[in-house]
Amino acid sequence: MASVPSKLYADDVSLLMVLLDTNPFFWSSSSLPFSKFLSHVLTFLNSILLLNQLNQVVVIATGYSSCSYIYDSTSAPSHGSDQGRMPALCSNLLQKLEEFVTEDEQLLKEASAEGTPSSLLSGSLSMALCYIQKVFRSGPMHPQPRILCLQGSSDGPDQYVAIMNAIFSAQRSMVPIDSCYMGSHNSAFLQQASYITGGVYLKPQQPDGLLQYLTTVFATDLHSRAFLQLPKSAGVDFRASCFCHKKTIDTGYICSVCLSIFCKHHKKCSTCGSVFGQAQSEVPSSTNRKRKASDT
Amino acid sequence: MNNGDQRRLNGELEEDEEDEENNDGLAAWERAYADERSWESLQEDESGLLRPIDNQSLQHAQYRRRLRAASTTRIQKGLIRYLYIVIDLSKAASEMDFRPSRMGVVAKHVEAFIREYFYQNPLSQVGLVTIKDGVAHILTDLGGSPESHVKALMGKLECSGDASLQNALDLVQGYLNQIPSYGHREVLIMYSALSTCDPGDIMETIQKCKKSKIRCSVIGLSAEIFICKHLCQETGGSYYIALDESHLKDLILEHAPPPPAIAEFAIANLIKMGFPQRAAESSVAICSCHKEAKVGDGYTCPRCKARVCELPTECRICGLTLISSPHLARSYHHLFPIVPFDEVSLSLFIDQQNKLPKACFGCQQSLLGPGNKPGLHVSCPKCKQHFCLDCDIYIHESLHNCPGCDSTRHSKIPTANEG
Repeated sequence: MASVPSKLYADDVSLLMVLLDTNPFFWSSSSLPFSKFLSHVLTFLNSILLLNQLNQVVVIATGYSSCSYIYDSTSAPSHGSDQGRMPALCSNLLQKLEEFVTEDEQLLKEASAEGTPSSLLSGSLSMALCYIQKVFRSGPMHPQPRILCLQGSSDGPDQYVAIMNAIFSAQRSMVPIDSCYMGSHNSAFLQQASYITGGVYLKPQQPDGLLQYLTTVFATDLHSRAFLQLPKSAGVDFRASCFCHKKTIDTGYICSVCLSIFCKHHKKCSTCGSVFGQAQSEVPSSTNRKRKASDT
Repeated sequence: MNNGDQRRLNGELEEDEEDEENNDGLAAWERAYADERSWESLQEDESGLLRPIDNQSLQHAQYRRRLRAASTTRIQKGLIRYLYIVIDLSKAASEMDFRPSRMGVVAKHVEAFIREYFYQNPLSQVGLVTIKDGVAHILTDLGGSPESHVKALMGKLECSGDASLQNALDLVQGYLNQIPSYGHREVLIMYSALSTCDPGDIMETIQKCKKSKIRCSVIGLSAEIFICKHLCQETGGSYYIALDESHLKDLILEHAPPPPAIAEFAIANLIKMGFPQRAAESSVAICSCHKEAKVGDGYTCPRCKARVCELPTECRICGLTLISSPHLARSYHHLFPIVPFDEVSLSLFIDQQNKLPKACFGCQQSLLGPGNKPGLHVSCPKCKQHFCLDCDIYIHESLHNCPGCDSTRHSKIPTANEG
């Protein structure tokens, strides 16, 4: 019974979750215009669907003030676009995208824009992971999921915890997070996400040739990746920065209650308010450990 | 295989079964039912009819109960734990009421537990103790590497003699007394025996454990014993008896999330820790953990510059705790949990059926049940988005993010550092 469907879902069938950054603050200042970017991406999505007839593509738009599903290849009608000239994928996606962008703009007007113009990556990552869980639940025969973040805007520090949670959950379900970062500086969040989940992080040198980067690096299924020379991560810095001065540190003090990081000894934790006792560093424990180590 | 062989084999099997039959006084056909416990997969509905248990709603109800219990008692969590797992390898552990044996089942689930424990508590340590022939042995010292514990456990699975609770507690108490004061001291005992064979007064030992602030929990595999209950009550632990294998698994995994921190149990303190940098790809160094020369791939202790292979660990040379920022981030979700979602009541449906979303916000699954009627689902009290039951469980147990709240600008999550 299981033999036929399992053949259908071979290891090269993929489910690609694309997180599309639509942040107007980034695209208005980017060297690559959004329309060009979009035409690269649409071509890429079409080629993914052509690689294997069972491949699935889901696109989630990551806006400034909201996130939304804008395309799902399993539910979208494959024929019958109203204009007749454009393929169904493009017309469906563009229509939804337009609706989304208008709505996002509306929300943006209601709220006063302040702080860093970052996108809500944590929201779209969480949605993508929920969708992938649904695919996992659908039975033993499912396509191999992966997430591709097409991100341009800079990291939002207030999303750190949420993004890390999403990364660990993806790592646990063995879903790689690939990232193609269009911004000017490297994104620390996406570098960590790709490193921890075993995905590929890429910052295209020439954004004009985006399609080529996408098809050569991100189009191959997970099984074939093992045989390719993909871009290697160039050293992810896992050092922490302290909460008090935001300095990157080599050694620091951790509050045992809430795990806040400080660069020097404080009397009271500024995050959780616990009062610390004696400035007891790790000295007693290390002597014990050494003694124990010599016992064994 | 030809028929003759098969018949002969069957004959042998029957003979074996007959031998066993004499032991427990059940016919083979009776035993098939007794083993499968087929009655447990049935339940009685309102009209008294028997029907198979509706697993999904049952699981969801169970999960909600757990969630509620967790959210009401939530204060602060003991994130830095020092746990000894005591495994009873006395004669009683060879009993076959769990298949293949109590010992095998315990070992299997302890292995899963150790992995889960380190996943959820990256800064904590575990040690293993076995009880055999009335004596307790340290199998592994407190340490942070799951592989070494699992390997040691799987290599030592033989049982004999009696169990001694006192010896085990004495041994563990001696070791846990040495750990720093900010750590939470815990003992988890997997007890198969129905008795304890002790050299002295166990009540004194229990008082000693209480004084050392060791939280002792017991999971029993046979029946409730007074002394275990007394021990758990005195030290603030939990005592449960496993009904079957899946129950045992649930019970043991309940110990994986960090327990609520009790102020007197562990004094808040600042711990000095190092954040080592990854060594350059081509550098060659001898690692201090395996004492082997390795090319690249490793971390350098910021204080003594010794090379270690993996994080988190403790530097073998200077004793500094070495971690990386993702390890800390892995614990943050315990500190900023998401609120339990509210069940969407059915009366609400009738009022505003048109306004309610038709698909789960997380996974786009239809929220309509059979017959296009709205099925059971939940909504987040903060962002008012609706989710299906599966997403509800996934969001609270694994993701620890609410997709709805994260997709709106104004939900401010308490911020930690940027890594």
